Amino acid sequence: MTFEHEVATKVAVPDGLPMAPRPFVIRRTRRETYDTFTLELESTIKTKPFSFAPGQFNMVYVFGVGEVPISISGDPDNMDKLLHTARAVGTVTKRMSALGKGDVLGIRGPFGAAWPLAEAKGKDVVIVAGGIGLPPLRPSIYSIMRNRGEYGRVCLLYGARTPSDILFPREMETWRKKHGIDVFITVDRSMKGWKGNVGVVTTLIPKATIDPLNTLAMIVGPEVMMRFSALELLKRGIDPATIYVSMERNMKCGIGLCGHCQFGPHFICKDGPVFPYNRIKELLMKREI
Amino acid sequence: METLEPIITSHPFFKDLDKKYITLVTGCASNVRFDGGKFIFREGEEAHQFYLIRQGKVAIEIFTPDRGHIVIETLDEGNILGWSWLIPPYQWHFDARALEATRAIALDGKCLRKKCEEDHDFGYEFLKRFAHIMEQRLAASRIQLLDLYDVRT
Repeated sequence: MTFEHEVATKVAVPDGLPMAPRPFVIRRTRRETYDTFTLELESTIKTKPFSFAPGQFNMVYVFGVGEVPISISGDPDNMDKLLHTARAVGTVTKRMSALGKGDVLGIRGPFGAAWPLAEAKGKDVVIVAGGIGLPPLRPSIYSIMRNRGEYGRVCLLYGARTPSDILFPREMETWRKKHGIDVFITVDRSMKGWKGNVGVVTTLIPKATIDPLNTLAMIVGPEVMMRFSALELLKRGIDPATIYVSMERNMKCGIGLCGHCQFGPHFICKDGPVFPYNRIKELLMKREI
Repeated sequence: METLEPIITSHPFFKDLDKKYITLVTGCASNVRFDGGKFIFREGEEAHQFYLIRQGKVAIEIFTPDRGHIVIETLDEGNILGWSWLIPPYQWHFDARALEATRAIALDGKCLRKKCEEDHDFGYEFLKRFAHIMEQRLAASRIQLLDLYDVRT
């Protein structure tokens, strides 16, 4: 475990009452794709600014419906607004997607360990995102862009289901053009008019122009995709100690008490969601957990 | 006259291949160029080449009457295109179409098959290298089939 990872874990539990939601009002909603949306939230308690580290998540409560863990997708340096990007798939997120400006949500957090951005300084960075795995990585990208000179080559490899599932397309174009980030996108299924890559995200890994001996990788996506991506990165010669993944389980309390998100000896909510691949690679192969 | 040997030698597919085999492969190689939209080969045609893509993008497609051309995967710079030349009945199973102007080195499959038969060490080396590509593409296709990003509730 790196020093930064340890620190991130230690600062994960929010001050005060971690089980008490803070009311946040929706200032803006944005439809990203046909089933994915972003909420821009503002704390109703002005004296208490919300700060988080890239990779952390909140428990988001739709009053009277339920609470779900959602990664923070906004800029960590902009404490005025809190951004959450989610896919409307379950009872809570479907209801959340129907909310509008002025509605209030309960927020508990931020929880969990952050991406090791300090450790990445001076290195090339490969970011591998699959599907809805891009939003949890966006805060890291904002952070890297703000301190662009402190990192080497930065490469974003993004895989989506179809062209209409691609998140933040205009933003990715800006990252490429203005911030020197190599962006490669692929889709599993093509559609009429799509001129880009077709194939799984792992096929993009050989395209990343990086120095494998001095690279840090961050991966978010379905677990199978993360396993295969890690294997491809290892084939490129990247040190397994510098590969990080963000895990997902059934997070409930957010502070390692309830045990719902137990993953072997770890609690995803408290010890993760960001883990060094080295630390959990054996667990990833255990079907029982 | 400049030959294609330096390009072939530097391609990862031919990494560490014995110099005498590189010379042999070069003897079966030629430069080709395809305009965007042009078919490189079509399903059912005889397969007597494979290609090292140097620049551009190629779609592997299949045509269906109801959905038209369905792109299965795309290949670009550095990728190898085509292995049906190696396996009887030497017929392409899919279409390959240049999505943009594409430059490649075409390798004559008939010529290489003959050399593989004459020199089994060479043949085995070649098969090992193609088996690696086939394994990678098969694994990728299997992951693609999982439709990992689909909604599961």
